[in-house]
Amino acid sequence: MPVVEYKVPENIDAAVSMLSNTQLSTKVMAGGTDLIIQSRAQSSDPLVVVDVKHIDSMMAAVIVDGGLNLGPSMSCAQFTARHDIKAIYPGLVEAAYLIGSTQVQGRSSIGGNLCNASPAADTIPALIANGAECVIQGPQGERIVAAEDFVTGVGQNCMAQGELLTRIQIAAPQANTSDAYLRFIPRTEMDIAVAGAAVSVTLDADGTCTAARVSIGAVATTALLVPDAAKALIGTKLDEAALAAAAAAATAASKPISDRRGTVEFRRHVVGVLTRRAAVIAAERAKEK
Amino acid sequence: MSEAKQYKYIGTRSIRPDGYDKVTGRANYGADMSLPGMIWGKILRSPHAHAKIKSIDTTKAEALAGVLAVASYADFPSVADEVVASGEGSSNLLDLANNILAKDKVLYHGHAILAIGARTAAIAEQALGLVEIEYEVLKPVLDVNDAMAADAPVLHENMFTQGLAETPTKASNIAARQEFKMGDIEVGFAEADIIVERDFYTPTVHQGYIEPHACTASYDQDGQSMVWCSTQGHFDVRTSTAKLLNLNLNRLKVIASEIGGGFGGKTTVYLEPVALILSRKSGRPVKMIMDRDDVFKASGPGSATRNWVKIGAKKDGTITAMQALLHYEAGAFKGSPVMMGCMTAFTPYAVPNMYVEGYDVVVNKPKVAAYRAPGAPQAEYAAEMVVNEIADKLGIDPIDLRLKNAAKEGTQTIYGPKLKAVGLVECLEAAKNSPHYQAALKENQGRGVAAGFWFNVGGQSSVTLNMNPDGTGTIVEGSPDIGGSRASMQLMAAEELGMPAENLKPIIGDTENVAFSAGTGGSRTTFATGMAVIEAAQDVVRQLKERSAAVWNLTADQIEYQEGETFSGDNRMTVAEICAGAERTGGQITGRGNINARGAGPSFAVHLCDVEVDRDTGKVDVLRYTAVQDAGKAIHPSYVEGQLQGGAAQGIGWALNEEYVYSADGHMENAGFLDYRIPLASDLPMIDAIIVEVPNPFHPFGVRGVGESGIIPPLAATAYAVSQAIGLPITDLPCSPPNVLKVIQDNA
Repeated sequence: MPVVEYKVPENIDAAVSMLSNTQLSTKVMAGGTDLIIQSRAQSSDPLVVVDVKHIDSMMAAVIVDGGLNLGPSMSCAQFTARHDIKAIYPGLVEAAYLIGSTQVQGRSSIGGNLCNASPAADTIPALIANGAECVIQGPQGERIVAAEDFVTGVGQNCMAQGELLTRIQIAAPQANTSDAYLRFIPRTEMDIAVAGAAVSVTLDADGTCTAARVSIGAVATTALLVPDAAKALIGTKLDEAALAAAAAAATAASKPISDRRGTVEFRRHVVGVLTRRAAVIAAERAKEK
Repeated sequence: MSEAKQYKYIGTRSIRPDGYDKVTGRANYGADMSLPGMIWGKILRSPHAHAKIKSIDTTKAEALAGVLAVASYADFPSVADEVVASGEGSSNLLDLANNILAKDKVLYHGHAILAIGARTAAIAEQALGLVEIEYEVLKPVLDVNDAMAADAPVLHENMFTQGLAETPTKASNIAARQEFKMGDIEVGFAEADIIVERDFYTPTVHQGYIEPHACTASYDQDGQSMVWCSTQGHFDVRTSTAKLLNLNLNRLKVIASEIGGGFGGKTTVYLEPVALILSRKSGRPVKMIMDRDDVFKASGPGSATRNWVKIGAKKDGTITAMQALLHYEAGAFKGSPVMMGCMTAFTPYAVPNMYVEGYDVVVNKPKVAAYRAPGAPQAEYAAEMVVNEIADKLGIDPIDLRLKNAAKEGTQTIYGPKLKAVGLVECLEAAKNSPHYQAALKENQGRGVAAGFWFNVGGQSSVTLNMNPDGTGTIVEGSPDIGGSRASMQLMAAEELGMPAENLKPIIGDTENVAFSAGTGGSRTTFATGMAVIEAAQDVVRQLKERSAAVWNLTADQIEYQEGETFSGDNRMTVAEICAGAERTGGQITGRGNINARGAGPSFAVHLCDVEVDRDTGKVDVLRYTAVQDAGKAIHPSYVEGQLQGGAAQGIGWALNEEYVYSADGHMENAGFLDYRIPLASDLPMIDAIIVEVPNPFHPFGVRGVGESGIIPPLAATAYAVSQAIGLPITDLPCSPPNVLKVIQDNA
């Protein structure tokens, strides 16, 4: 993939202009951890690369009114070091911490993970479980897309040519809300999820679950929001029956393939196990809040 | 027995002489050699697992600007149907040539077909895309069961099973049958109170050395040629390459680069003859490098196997009969290490009745190469699993059962000789007395024990020890250093000469500046090359005495030598003084050691493994691991421990997650370290290494090779720990999460 132009805009408008005003294929680059590897294998079409690392707002994370405004290109290493964010969204921070290696986390970003749209991306289920919204700017202005609608297929997202993901925003969680993300890999690190599950729960004073969001990864072409799993948890004290029902709902919602990383049967089973375990962890965290 | 001899240098943990260069990145590996005018060679590989090549058209590729040479099978001079020794095995030259560049049939996904040399790697790569090949795709066979079926597609029309009572007339994928026996198993099984038999499977695995194969070759106009490469045996590279290209040995210099791992996989040739052909045709030096994909698909992995084991024992634990039927995949060409499997499977046991039958079977996968104790881990895995099951069923501690039946000095082996002094009993006792074996286990945890046997080899080694005028010396040896052997050579020479190790610099000579030495394999280097070093050092001492005698007007037999000094009466001279005066006493001093070492001592190993299994996902965590092994005498204990730990780590990987994954049409689907899962540092606990020292009576310091035995026990120790944790039998490797979960669910 020959890069015929490499551009370094300093603000969002300039970036959108560069992405819009060309007849050539364009790629946004932040850390480049996916882009550089993909460039070895893909077509020989000329390409314009727009490096967004010099746009301050793309690289920053701010807590606003108890919620998160995240610059999509902030490195995972910087993100996971933010104790203020971890206090609110521990599951999302855990997901970011699982990407690649320590070295890779110095370059990789949550926005990159989202736009790259791998079915096995670790942060996407965590974003979906937290109800994250993706703010997209294009030549015609700004639009907002829910995280669960952002990815449209394997390696595909909802953005048109000329559009840029400028912000990921998560509203302030209700009281006694927390999240967790678990993934299954055969080893301990440096691997790609065979299955993943993120759960966010809100508990009332006596420990009853009043709200929940469940998202599963690596078991379909995109990460899925699983409303049936959430329904199984809401109104319960996350007892054995509720957890089993949530696990069963996650298994039922999954549509995995068999490949070198796992079989259909294994993935369907394990995504249920992860959902149950993530729900238990999220509830324990919610109680401590 | 006398007290263990006290040594001054050997047994210390000296700083390895190659350490700084490796840590700072100065060390030069296979891909680090570049020459003026050098071009790049790239290989076109088969997209099919099994196909006839109907036609090849390189016209467009050769027309591309920057393409300077094309090499194919036709460029080999007529190759003889002859076997050449190579590392831990041997290769038939025709097969070797056919593996390096396919003749008329491709036999595995990734099989090399032709090579192109071009000004840049990118041009060579582009030119490969312009080659037009017409294939007739054939059905692949990917498993010994399929390959042995009566209607199986036959890989080689001219291959007839060897070792049968009657010579067959029909070509077969079974290259050979072998059997080993002693006593009468029928009698033995009749005496048994309990008999256990099971079928086992082990997958194709790769050595996983970090440095890919690479070389730079130059074929000069005067017919002199040079190859720089990463290899375990540069003299073996010279032998094979010279035979394939019809060169005299003195026309081919092979230089061994530093080597980033081999484990047996760098004991043969893939790129070197091709690079020389491209160099001859282009008139330029040629560099060739495999990428990781090539290494997995087209170097030499370890055999997948299907093995059956049956063992009988009395109630008191006395084993009465042991029987095995072994099937080893050779890959695309005959020559799996099944014979080693036959010879090692039951050798840890002193049992009078044994029978082992082995089959060498070709399949459409890359030709296997040696992998650390080649052939032994698979067979001993099956044997040790059944021994453990018998111990469990009889309610006998698995170490006690092994102690009751342990091979010791004088035990008759199935392959012929009786064992000399060996340390299995000592290893078993050390394991039994270890804190690990006393520790309690919790729910969902299990412990496995396994023993391992490997012969070790000796063979030819050559060393020259050149003394310098200041009394320091250079040890020139011919054995590439994979595991710290230079440090060991240095220590052994220091001990013999009684002078500090840092005054003796060990180097690996090329094929022109040291005489023939067999490759680094069979755990032979510290043993055999060490003996050549000792002999060279003794030769130096002899000359130091002669020179001193000349100065003092005495005869050499009147001179003593100790701690770097000669003396006789009141006369004393240091080595430095003798060497400084050498020009007046007959010129400089060189010691020589040229040996064919006999008496390699087997090294037994006993491992303990604790695991915990997540019953909901099938995931196995290794909690604790202890590797006990007989080193005879540990010359450099740190590198002995490193061998024990490294063998354990590779064996645990083999047991837990490593396997070649093939599609139905024979494409390897996990050719990379992301999906071919060797253990990461974070996957393993610190592996406790316990060195047992039962001296090998045939080595001056008692050395036994330690490089290989350590990979044998982990397969059964780990898999049996898993079966203990889940309370169900495990037979098939790897114990990957999907496989373990399936065992749990199938028995729920």
